[in-house]
Amino acid sequence: MSRFRTGAGGRIDRARGINFTFDGRLYTGLQGDTLASALLANGVHLVGRSFKYHRPRGILASGAEEPNALVTVMRDAGRTTPNLRATQVEIYEGLAAKSQNRWPSLEFDLGAVNALASPLLASGFYYKTFMGPRFLGSNKAWAKLYEPLIRRAAGLGRAPEAPDPDRYARRYAHCEVLVVGAGEAGLRAALDASADPHCRVILCDEQAEMGGWQLNAGSDDLVEMLETLGARPNVRLLARTQAFGVYAQGAVALAQRLTDHLAAPSPETPRERLWQVRAGEIVLATGAIERPLVFPGNDRPGVMLAGAVETFANRYGIRPGERAVVATTCNSAYGAAFALKQAGVDLAAIIDLRDKPDPALAANALKAGIPVHTASVIVGTEGHKRVRSVRLGKVEPCGIVKSTDSIACDLVAMSGGWVPSVHLFSQSRGKLAWNGETGVYSPGKDAPGQKTRSVGLCSGEFPADMRGFHNGALPTPDEKGAAKAFVDFQNDVTARDIRLAAREGFHSVEHVKRYTTTGMATDQGKTSNMNALGILSGALEKPVPDIGLTTFRQPYTPVTFGIFAGANRAGLFDPVRKTPAHAGADALGGVFEDVGLWKRAHHFPRKGETMHAAVNRECRAVREAVGLFDASTLGKIELVGPDAAEFLDRVYVNSFAKLGIGRCRYAVLTNEAGYVIDDGVVARLAQDRFHITTTTGGAGRVFAMFEDYLQAEWPELRAWQTSITEQFATFAIQGPKAREVLAPLVEGIAMENEAFPHMAMREGRVAGIPARVFRMSFTGEAGYEVNVPAGEGARLWPVLLDAVDKAGGAVYGTEAMHVLRAEKGYIIVGQETDGTMTPDDVGLGWAIGKGKRDFVGKRGMMRTDLIAPGRKQLVGLETLDDKTVLEEGAQITDTPTPAPGSAALGHVTSSYWSEALHRPIALAVVAGGRGRMGETLHVPMPGGAIPVRVVSPVFHDPEGARLHA
Amino acid sequence: MLLILCPYCQSRRAELEFRNVGAAHISRPSDPQTTTDAQWGEFLYQRDNPKGRIAERWLHIHGCGRYFNAIRDTISDVFVTTYKSGEPPPAMPSEAKP
Repeated sequence: MSRFRTGAGGRIDRARGINFTFDGRLYTGLQGDTLASALLANGVHLVGRSFKYHRPRGILASGAEEPNALVTVMRDAGRTTPNLRATQVEIYEGLAAKSQNRWPSLEFDLGAVNALASPLLASGFYYKTFMGPRFLGSNKAWAKLYEPLIRRAAGLGRAPEAPDPDRYARRYAHCEVLVVGAGEAGLRAALDASADPHCRVILCDEQAEMGGWQLNAGSDDLVEMLETLGARPNVRLLARTQAFGVYAQGAVALAQRLTDHLAAPSPETPRERLWQVRAGEIVLATGAIERPLVFPGNDRPGVMLAGAVETFANRYGIRPGERAVVATTCNSAYGAAFALKQAGVDLAAIIDLRDKPDPALAANALKAGIPVHTASVIVGTEGHKRVRSVRLGKVEPCGIVKSTDSIACDLVAMSGGWVPSVHLFSQSRGKLAWNGETGVYSPGKDAPGQKTRSVGLCSGEFPADMRGFHNGALPTPDEKGAAKAFVDFQNDVTARDIRLAAREGFHSVEHVKRYTTTGMATDQGKTSNMNALGILSGALEKPVPDIGLTTFRQPYTPVTFGIFAGANRAGLFDPVRKTPAHAGADALGGVFEDVGLWKRAHHFPRKGETMHAAVNRECRAVREAVGLFDASTLGKIELVGPDAAEFLDRVYVNSFAKLGIGRCRYAVLTNEAGYVIDDGVVARLAQDRFHITTTTGGAGRVFAMFEDYLQAEWPELRAWQTSITEQFATFAIQGPKAREVLAPLVEGIAMENEAFPHMAMREGRVAGIPARVFRMSFTGEAGYEVNVPAGEGARLWPVLLDAVDKAGGAVYGTEAMHVLRAEKGYIIVGQETDGTMTPDDVGLGWAIGKGKRDFVGKRGMMRTDLIAPGRKQLVGLETLDDKTVLEEGAQITDTPTPAPGSAALGHVTSSYWSEALHRPIALAVVAGGRGRMGETLHVPMPGGAIPVRVVSPVFHDPEGARLHA
Repeated sequence: MLLILCPYCQSRRAELEFRNVGAAHISRPSDPQTTTDAQWGEFLYQRDNPKGRIAERWLHIHGCGRYFNAIRDTISDVFVTTYKSGEPPPAMPSEAKP
């Protein structure tokens, strides 16, 4: 057995040795060890380098509050977890861990030269030191030079670069009582609550074993309590489960670690599970965290919290040193001294700041042969990678500290008293109350909507053997020493940094926190906040409660990204909407794009074809023969009721009262402000029944807007809508041969041009399938849109494809559709419009029903600014060189070299190569555009301005003869 | 996550079933054409932003699909009450001073 282990006792299994590596070196620990206890059992105290100064750091604590011992645990390239607290990592056979923030090695770290530059790295050094040189321009030096260097030198572990192969699970749970923390208080609260079999109780604890501090004692009570709870069907016990966030109305998030402690986890088991719990009452039994003492050199490896030393000795059977000094202001550290003595550690001294420590404890110490120095402090430490000795200081009654003896030791157990863990209570937005007697903030009034109860130490009630505290730095002979008296170990903030911030005028705790970064590390200042407040209180000569307190945020300890992502990764990141013909389009080699959640075929390249070649070929097919397009993603609404037409009159800008049965109308939707928000086609199926299409992206919005007006604004209207987007598959057949292709497949509809004219709608059968057939066009060619029940879409697609193929046509995708509609000057809502365009701005003034007294947007579009001259209007643009395709979004100006800061006239909204016109075309919005026909304007680009001519937005078939053919 | 009582479903459901749709009790002028630009601008854009209780409209979008009204406290984020569209806002006891 290692000389750093005690002979007996503790909760480790002395028969089961476990091999692991740290920084590549092989060590042996015992079953039940954490990485921290196993390293201590091998005499390893140096486990990391500090954030800024790269000072050697050791294990300070024994639990979640550990600020120094951050390690990276590696299983493989994807299973590498940085920044784990060694005090929480359970060892397993073959565990491989490494230290962080050191180069080339932990023992010899070049970054330690930072310590020499420490005067430059004081509070706010970001703002003071790294400001020049100015010739690089403002902030250039910071962004290009200093920040990358600092980021490399100061930091935590590196994130793995390979994808995370593990699974993460998620569960919801409801309970009457959630108990957080399975120490004595939590166990008793869970027992009391679960005595009622109807009361569902969840008890969670972040450690592998439940019991909290009782695990140090090994009481029989604990076994009995756990057995009782385990036998109750209304109790759920969750070990290795951190309650990391408390949210509104009793919502609590728990992270359960399922496999991190296993040597060979089954790939079937998720690594972690997120529990989203809704609790009627949250019982907080989160205990207390010990406050370090702030004295010069308090960060050397071997300086530990007294409670942690006691835990390591009693629970893990560790002798953390050969010769110890206990420095305290609190009774509980005497317990640590006795535990060390029991473990066979030589006790050099107890150094107590108080001039009258608890007489019974002091007497016991003396009886045990431990010298007790009262009214004394540590004023310095020696040793490099491990503490070698401490210097004792005597606090005179006048407050002056006189440095006296040096005491050799390799372990310092310190205690500045205890601070209740109020983090979760604070997250619940409860009010914290200052208690001057114990020097802590403890839970006060619950936030509205929350029901919490703090039990045990986290309530702020301490038993007598935990009394005594000191807030802030210990007195020192001079201020100079305070340079190395650390307050926030993880962010390397010293007592002097905080005093400096106060001197420089930072008086608000929120400012001091950000300026010094105290409490801003990944541990959120679990061990540092109260000391920082104490120091600030002294520097400002204001009592602690007058300084205020920063808020604790979720998560309590860092949480993996995986647990939030859960199953929503890769193909399951978002839901995917596929049209009924998706498989058919996929088989044709369609290249899909995401449109909202939809997958839409963008183009269909043939073998060896580029995207541009494919799009051009698809466009030619539609203009010269016939094209087939899957338009199933369009939003579709069926509106029914005696007042349906009246409702449409009120929401759309168009008039529908006179729309005949079997006729369609292009419809423009505006909001009350008068801006275009959607468009589509309204078809009248019957006197009281309409089939409405919306844009693909606007379907949900339009439906919700209609519902809003129907429910809230005009509840007297008898009209009801149903979303039928998913009920129909929609195929567009467009081109001069469209009728020729479709007619042989149609039953029950007269297909002649006169019988079935443009903007008409008929019901019949297509390929034997009941269909709503619209004669309409988004391409400028004569064409049809066939709607069949969604379930029949996959059957109709190949029939139409075959017919189109035989006629020399082609299937086309969304890109060709965009080009074809742009050639006709048809807008796309969201491309030609941006939420500030009226119908008139985009050339749709003709659609507005002139005789209507009111409709949504009518008043809005009459506002002074919306009818003022000079508004941006939709126009076409042709580049003068007849070959440059403009950049969409490019600005348009009236001179090639606009003055810096001058406003543009407008911008390019759509731009394509037009295969039909054999030239580039563009749509744009330009101030007063319709009055500028024929003018030459400019599109300034990095390579020089491109001259353009303003033309009509309708490039192809301006008379519309082809539509009606 | 908040729990919200839908006054139509009479069920307390998780916040993610709902959408906030802005201030409640803003009525659309009965004859918009007679309003001045200032009045119409007021209707379109001017909203109270009180610290404390606010009347809002919510949509039970992933539930019954109904719009309803709610009184919510903007400081504590607590729903004081919810009620159906068209119902007047309930008389609120003035905030009790501790």
